[in-house]
Amino acid sequence: MSAVTMVPLAAAAGARPIDGVALAVVIVIFVAVAVLGFLAVRWRVKPADRGLKTLDEWGLGGRSFGNWVTWFLLGGDLYTAYTFIAVPAAMYSTGAVSGFFAVPYTIVLYPIVFLLMARLWSVSHRHGYVTPADFVGGRYGSKSLSTAIAVTGIVATMPYIALQLVGIKAVLTVLGLGSGSNVFLQDLPLIIAFVVLAAYTYTAGLRAPAVIAVVKDLLIYIAVIVAIVWLPSHLGGWAGIFDAAETKMAGTNPATGNPVGSVIPGAASFNAYWTLALGSAMALFMYPHSITGVLSTKSRNTIRRNAVVLPLYSLMLGFLALLGYMAIKAGTNPVDLNGKVNPQLVVPQLFLDNFPSWFAGVALAAIAVGALVPAAIMSIAASNLFTRNIYKDLIKPGATPEQEAKVSKLTSLIVKFGALIFVLLMDQSAAINMQLLGGIWILQTFPAIVAGLYTRWFHRLALLIGWAAGIVYGTIAAYNVVNPVTHAHFGGSISPFPFTSVPVYIAVSAFVINAIVSVVLTIVFRAAKVRDGIDKTTESDYGADEDDPKVAAIAADDRWVKPTPDAPVV
Amino acid sequence: MSATTTPTRGPAKPAPYVIAGVLLVIGIIVPLIVPLYARKDPELFGMPFFYWFQILEVFLEAFLLWIIYGIVIREDRRRRGVVRGDRTTDGSEVVR
Repeated sequence: MSAVTMVPLAAAAGARPIDGVALAVVIVIFVAVAVLGFLAVRWRVKPADRGLKTLDEWGLGGRSFGNWVTWFLLGGDLYTAYTFIAVPAAMYSTGAVSGFFAVPYTIVLYPIVFLLMARLWSVSHRHGYVTPADFVGGRYGSKSLSTAIAVTGIVATMPYIALQLVGIKAVLTVLGLGSGSNVFLQDLPLIIAFVVLAAYTYTAGLRAPAVIAVVKDLLIYIAVIVAIVWLPSHLGGWAGIFDAAETKMAGTNPATGNPVGSVIPGAASFNAYWTLALGSAMALFMYPHSITGVLSTKSRNTIRRNAVVLPLYSLMLGFLALLGYMAIKAGTNPVDLNGKVNPQLVVPQLFLDNFPSWFAGVALAAIAVGALVPAAIMSIAASNLFTRNIYKDLIKPGATPEQEAKVSKLTSLIVKFGALIFVLLMDQSAAINMQLLGGIWILQTFPAIVAGLYTRWFHRLALLIGWAAGIVYGTIAAYNVVNPVTHAHFGGSISPFPFTSVPVYIAVSAFVINAIVSVVLTIVFRAAKVRDGIDKTTESDYGADEDDPKVAAIAADDRWVKPTPDAPVV
Repeated sequence: MSATTTPTRGPAKPAPYVIAGVLLVIGIIVPLIVPLYARKDPELFGMPFFYWFQILEVFLEAFLLWIIYGIVIREDRRRRGVVRGDRTTDGSEVVR
């Protein structure tokens, strides 16, 4: 159903009363956050760097964030508003398999981050890389490979930004906004929120979401802690909550004749559960916005220290997921403006039904602000990819750092308005489908990026063909998943592993195909002596720390030393 | 460019990396063994094992990573010290 046909229904069927107190709290917090966002332009900026005229300053916050800022920034970046909305919604609708896997996902995430990201930080620090595609380009000497990585990153990020808007929309709907009969008025609050976001991201770059993330994370922690302490006793204890969930999940889905879902996954869905967790964990730090967060840190081990303490957010996510079951017990009725049940409204509705208006306002604001932080970082990351790996690599090789920053700032506006139009004009399920595909696609950049951190064995052409094979397989497999109720394609992210009947996460199957193709073709190309690219990095780059000199500085030194013919060669 | 090939760290001792690697693999594999925890009992405050065990795993993982961090960072400092010449190669002075 398109947005336009929904309008007449909206006014009639689902008009909601506006909760004035909750709305006022949300507006106050939103305005405070906007002020912080604009003030961030001066936050931790050296006088010489005023105006944020380079990508390092605008797009990476001066590469200066320490442990605390990074903790808030990455927490705000990775645990997005859409997660807060979608994970409990999945728990509410079908139980553990499609919802609670987020917990093992964000547990196994951190050993992976610990292992990989320090090396990526070091080599990027030495060579001034801003994006993962910069690294791949430098490592393999291949513009087609780095462009493939960049395009994958941009395409996978766009729907992710759109979904943040879906998160804000859920909050606005529950608050009673957006039920106006006029299309423009209906979406006006969302448009205002996004224009303000675009303005302070344009001005302050990555520093804006870094400052706002502190507010967001504190609000979310307060909301979740209060909910988890108070709701279970209010609803008659955990046992009652799980019993209610059990009863709902054991019921029969009239469309399929199967049970609605499961509270504890059965043996048939074990493989789906662990591949969803592993595939998502491997994919998350391939997303440009995660890597932007990593590269904005001050030293090699900042990200490792953070890998030790970031799991605190996973704890929060686990409890948040359980809010989906509490909503079942509480009898929350998430009715959308068109009169239909929309599980995505379940968490905002739960807060509004069970807490005083002012506290519901705090929780709803936490979700809305929680959408702004990742949306800002994602748009910055996508713009950096465009600027470095498309504009500079392919269009204008001689671009100065100042021009780079200018292009990136403008692109960030285009990216955000693109996402806004996407959400306003297209069906919400289009954004969700695209995000599902994005997760499959972004994992296909894993072999090139991660193998490159450890070995130069792979051939650039083999990686490119492996990437393409993974993308093609993943897209076709996802298309072939048909929703049993609506008969629409892209009905889910689980399908049988090739040549077996074992249901697994499609991204993982595609990744296995990608890896096999890359290995086999590398052997073939090496045997056939196909020309390979030049590696601009050296082994020492992968262990460099903040006080080791950057390659540009070393090169400048070398030029200076050159005239003396008898300079000792190490 | 001679200076870029100057090592940023001294040669690695294998032991710390092997231990850290094994611990990391444990940290990745164990949470993914679903049959280990896909059960209802024992319950905790009415919460099935499946849920409270995975929530507990968050703490176990953080603790595990804290240990791994200690191992890796100790070796990292020793290797850097070797190159920068402010420490002996056997790593006897670990504290900066």
